[in-house]
Amino acid sequence: MQARKKYVLLGLCTCCWLLLYYWGGLQERLLGLLTHRRGEVVRPWPNWLDRDLLPGYADQAELQNAGGPGDSPRQRRQSWAGIYKDSRCRMDTCFDFARCQGQSSFRVYIYPPEKGERVSESYRKILTSVVESRYFTSDPREACLFVLGIDTLDRDQLSTQFVPNMDERIRGYPLWNDGRNHVIFNLYSGTWPNYTEDLGFNVGQAILAKASLNTEHFRPGFDISIPLFSKEHPQKGGERGWLVRNTVPPRRKYLLMFKGKRYLTGIGSDTRNALHHIHNGKDIVSLTTCRHGKDWEKHKDARCDHDNQEYERFDYQELLHNSTFCLVPRGRRLGSFRFLESLQAACIPVLLSNGWELPFSDVIQWNQAVIEGDERLLLQVPSTVRAVGTDRVLALRQRTQMLWEAYFSSVDKIVLTTLEIIKDRVNSHISRNKFMWNALPGGLLVLPEYSTHLAHYPFYYLNLGISPGQEFTAVIHATSPLVSQSQPIMKLLQVVSKSKYCSQIIILWNSEKPPPHRSKWPPMPVPLIITDGRRKTSSRFLPNAAIETEAVLSLDEDTVLLTSEINFAFHVWQSFPERIVGYPPRSHFWDPVKKAWGYTSKWTNEYSIVLTGAAFYHRYYHHLFSHYLPSSLRALVDRTSNCEDILMNFLVSSVTHLPPIKVAQRKQYKEMPILQGTKMAPWANPEHFTQRQECVNTFASWFGYMPLVHSQFRLDPVLFKDHVSVLRKRYKDLERV
Amino acid sequence: MCASVKYGSRGPALIPRMKTKHRIYYITLFSVVLLGLIATGMFQFWPHSIESSAEWSLDRRSVHDAPLVRIPMSSPIPERGDLSCRMHTCFDVYRCGYNPKNKIKVYIYPLQRFVDEVGVPISSTGLSREYNDLLSAISDSDFYTDDVTRACLFIPSTDVLNQNSLRIRETAQALAMLPRWDKGMNHLLFNMLPGGPPDYNTALDVPRDRALLAGGGFSTWTYRQGYDVSIPVYSPLSAEVDLPERQPGPRRYFILSSQTAIHREYRVELERLKEENGEALLLLDKCSNLSQGLASVRKRCYKGQVYDYPQILQESSFCVVLRGARLGQATLSDVLQAGCVPVIMADSYILPFSEVLDWKRASVVIPEEKLPEMYTILKSIPHRQVEEMQRQARWFWEAYFSSMKAIGMTTLQIINDRIYPYAARTYEEWNNPSVVKWSSVNSPLFLPLIPPRSPGFTAVVLTYDRIESLFRVITEISKVSSLAKLLVVWNNQNKSPPEESLWPKVTVPLKVVRTKENKLSNRFFPFDEIETEAVLAIDDDIIMLTSDELQFGYEVWREFPDRLVGYPGRLHLWDHEMGKWKYESEWTNEVSMVLTGAAFYHKYFNYLYTYKMPGDIKNWVDAHMNCEDIAMNFLVANITGKAPIKVTPRKKFKCPECTAIDGLSLDQTHMVERSECINKFASVFGTMPLKVVEHRADPVLYKDDFPEKLKSFPNIGSL
Repeated sequence: MQARKKYVLLGLCTCCWLLLYYWGGLQERLLGLLTHRRGEVVRPWPNWLDRDLLPGYADQAELQNAGGPGDSPRQRRQSWAGIYKDSRCRMDTCFDFARCQGQSSFRVYIYPPEKGERVSESYRKILTSVVESRYFTSDPREACLFVLGIDTLDRDQLSTQFVPNMDERIRGYPLWNDGRNHVIFNLYSGTWPNYTEDLGFNVGQAILAKASLNTEHFRPGFDISIPLFSKEHPQKGGERGWLVRNTVPPRRKYLLMFKGKRYLTGIGSDTRNALHHIHNGKDIVSLTTCRHGKDWEKHKDARCDHDNQEYERFDYQELLHNSTFCLVPRGRRLGSFRFLESLQAACIPVLLSNGWELPFSDVIQWNQAVIEGDERLLLQVPSTVRAVGTDRVLALRQRTQMLWEAYFSSVDKIVLTTLEIIKDRVNSHISRNKFMWNALPGGLLVLPEYSTHLAHYPFYYLNLGISPGQEFTAVIHATSPLVSQSQPIMKLLQVVSKSKYCSQIIILWNSEKPPPHRSKWPPMPVPLIITDGRRKTSSRFLPNAAIETEAVLSLDEDTVLLTSEINFAFHVWQSFPERIVGYPPRSHFWDPVKKAWGYTSKWTNEYSIVLTGAAFYHRYYHHLFSHYLPSSLRALVDRTSNCEDILMNFLVSSVTHLPPIKVAQRKQYKEMPILQGTKMAPWANPEHFTQRQECVNTFASWFGYMPLVHSQFRLDPVLFKDHVSVLRKRYKDLERV
Repeated sequence: MCASVKYGSRGPALIPRMKTKHRIYYITLFSVVLLGLIATGMFQFWPHSIESSAEWSLDRRSVHDAPLVRIPMSSPIPERGDLSCRMHTCFDVYRCGYNPKNKIKVYIYPLQRFVDEVGVPISSTGLSREYNDLLSAISDSDFYTDDVTRACLFIPSTDVLNQNSLRIRETAQALAMLPRWDKGMNHLLFNMLPGGPPDYNTALDVPRDRALLAGGGFSTWTYRQGYDVSIPVYSPLSAEVDLPERQPGPRRYFILSSQTAIHREYRVELERLKEENGEALLLLDKCSNLSQGLASVRKRCYKGQVYDYPQILQESSFCVVLRGARLGQATLSDVLQAGCVPVIMADSYILPFSEVLDWKRASVVIPEEKLPEMYTILKSIPHRQVEEMQRQARWFWEAYFSSMKAIGMTTLQIINDRIYPYAARTYEEWNNPSVVKWSSVNSPLFLPLIPPRSPGFTAVVLTYDRIESLFRVITEISKVSSLAKLLVVWNNQNKSPPEESLWPKVTVPLKVVRTKENKLSNRFFPFDEIETEAVLAIDDDIIMLTSDELQFGYEVWREFPDRLVGYPGRLHLWDHEMGKWKYESEWTNEVSMVLTGAAFYHKYFNYLYTYKMPGDIKNWVDAHMNCEDIAMNFLVANITGKAPIKVTPRKKFKCPECTAIDGLSLDQTHMVERSECINKFASVFGTMPLKVVEHRADPVLYKDDFPEKLKSFPNIGSL
């Protein structure tokens, strides 16, 4: 009995000891491994004893020699053109740069449509965009780039818009030249069941601007991937993004959503068939339906009925508004409408489309706006998106909006971006860098001909950690001849030149009389330059090489201002260098009776325009005004000798999406017209005012929307009209106005 | 465990019949079971101990001790690289898996010396110094793993940096013999000098199946975009010669050509340019009179005059990097090191790390055909841009070219960014030199938005026990039309807030949250109860603000949602005598802070204040029971780079009831303490982020001669 107990005890002890050995020992072992790794430095790659004796990977002389001078460059270029064509096209070998030389180097020509040619709605929009762009030419001889008149958007043979006999028809183009310098737009290629990338005709050396491009077929630096857009996509302007506020915490009701078709067979069905796996009915909503196409019931599987039922429970628009992330899986083709939809909705796209060359991938940094998933890792998507932090969600979301508004919201923008990318390649040393393409306000509003230097633009000061310059150039618009020394312009010259920030004054002479002799102008502490405006009102905003400062103070000849008002406004401008900062406020409003925009100069509680008769702005806007805006609008300004200031406000607000800034109290910036005067000032003319109403509407229709934004405040000096000693006040003069 | 249970159940049944013989039998049985168990245990741990100790811990060894591996003649040769390979077709992501750190794991094969059947090595040099440096750097980095089963990327230890020293066929066979080769899947090869005479291919000629290639000198036709990585050709000179960084600015020469192997056609062109532009150009060539050898590598000549290379590169603004037979040039590295802007003329060349680096900001790329126009093109670049490019060039060299380690780490980071794109480094992180990173801002609220007026703002009132004053504040604020919700932060732990029935009746929801500790920072906590973007922080004694004033403040905030919008402004000044910052509450013409006794701001800043405040500022504020407003001003200015907006003439929070408190804040010690805060915060931030402005925001028709009743904000208050 004793022995038995002893043995049982011994046995139990052994058991315990063994258990300890297994579990405790294992842990100890792991612990040992861990501490071992952290504690002493294990050099997995040995610290070879003879490492200093190792030979260099190449002889230095050999390195500097770089394999010798090589073949004759001329011969090489010739042989390249023969080897690298068609699917191996690059700009160097398939593009004729010689066509793009000269003054107006980049011009685009469209082949005239043939009689009875039917062009789809989307292609008509694309052609309109090209025609209205500043690069259009009707003369094929000066063209650098050619666009087909034949609709190539839909190359699905089963489609009603499919154009047959393309090869034959293209060969009829006298300038086809095997597609050199041609750009072909395409949204759909291939057909059921494989949806290949074949366009059904020989593209030759033409640049493809195509949706759903596959990285394998994409010719880098040559083709351009464009987004898939619907035929309802607006021609210009376009809806703004849906993000109106940055809520914190930024997560919305649903984390991730998808609602769309499930393909039961054929290409793309692998991905779509699996999507229901991540649906959890709570924060991840992934709904698929089999109900599409004519004979869906034939292929119907066990899930279909349940899926279809669940599918009806959620509304797509509601999900789009209330989801943080939106799944954008491939469909039959790689790109889908969903991509632009979620981009606009500020629903961060989660891409599941392996091999898709993203739209404008040449220039856009997509990893800052979307989550690039992998079709193979669908089941990891929920944990991936859950791990995205607050700051990142905020940043991604804002970036979707920035990209949407800069490049995708209208057909105009999509087409212009395509053209600008090609233009940047043609003039590669005068082109935008990646930063310009990806920072606000977007690449289309950055004209590299103005400068390739970031610090020369009004938008990047904060990103570069610098501030705008300490001086300004005053530009005075003079229209009446100089007859007396007491004219308002004389006083204005004195006032402006007294400002310590003024580096020079330019008088833009737009009078019928020739400019007076130098000696007629008063002597001044700053250089005075007289330039001839050729009596065009738009010349006011012509880029003038003489303007060396970033800030421009634009003045009318009869503007009345004080030096301290100028100084104060300049200080404010330095805080807001991308906006117009000035004195005379005006406002626009929507007139529901006339169903048109109205313009008012009455004193109101808000303003949306600051007239350029007394305002600061960045000199870059001269460049945008003269080169970005269409000549038709500038012609309107010249014809009516009016509205140039309104147009400038439209332009700047469309760039910044923000209102101008009115400073201090002065509103009446001109002396009241003397009634007995022989000639009334043009702005006092009632017709002048009606014209301005019309201008506002014309401009709004060109922009495609109303860019002007209202503001309810003005900026005054800190001690403005405060009950303190005037001695304390830096801008005491402002109170006398 | 299984065995022990068995023993336990069987034991009692055997024991009663036990005799001495049995005992021996029993003990034997027991020992056998025990030994068996120990054996199983050992077996279980066996595989772990093999790899970690046997191969690697022998640290001090010679390269020549590496095991010799004979390649059989018939050993399989991999296929040539597939040009259509992309990450989603030729790369196995499953090996990388989901990983909270978003970091790939890299395995390096142990060094082996491969020889063919007759014993001739596959490479004439074997392991080179550079490749050894590269592998050591990787093995020292976070990417490294010694567990081959967990690795996502494999790096062969076979050195293929220079194709000229390789026997192509045998090298390929050696690669295919690697235990995890598996058609080259997830293998990464580093090569700097591809191709060989006469045609100099632009990618490594060694057949390599699906392996990724980090190559120097890719052309657009051999580079598989998004799969291969284009790397620089490392210049060993940079390790030998120390070129100190030079300030960007104009240099003695405008253009310098220092390459020795330039095709005759191009040299003729360059000479013509030199004739046209004279001294601005310096055209160097080999020194003919010097004896061959190392010296010639470090010398360049022009008409008998000898120059030191690479030092001479620092004397020029632009340096020509023309293609030779090879596209990739070690010269590029020398030029960047010298802070000279490279003028790259090599058609079809894929620039190093072009996937992430913005070369337009550090170099000028000119098509070879335009060589005659080079001078005009370069002259058209603004001076300031040239300076920026010089700085950028030097930065690229320091960060990405300067050592094999830099090159290796950058390559792995690029591949890492592809596998975990959602954690990828940004453009700014890749391209901004640290000076710029330090001074520039990337505001988290960068999109220009003017949020709609509805749903209004949430007023957050911090209170301790001044109930009467609190109720007055509540009554006053509730008159503001855009108020959406009132949130009272009850900071008194000893006392409960008054009963619900005692609170003033207001039309908006009123919530009271009780805090656990009496801390000042509680007022900036991102309470879930705050459902609006806009927050009005207000003290429980601020009753002098009119509802027009508050509503106007909210309207101004809508136009500046990324700034602090407040009433009384304050200023920081540099005290020259004391050599430190000073707090100023006098009537000044300038503003750099607004008090948060009443201020509008974005709720995001609550989140930042609570979770992202640098250093120990938050604790300092709670300990000193002061300066939370200054801290908030620092935080917002630092992250947005913008000044706060002071609205309306209001200069002071003064009311008859609160003189006692105000008396305290007027105290001299208070000012000293506030100044101390500024100095403390400036040192924590490492800079003075506050921005000084001279303006405040007033309603458009403020003090205008205009009927008061037509003004939106007639009662804007006073000082």
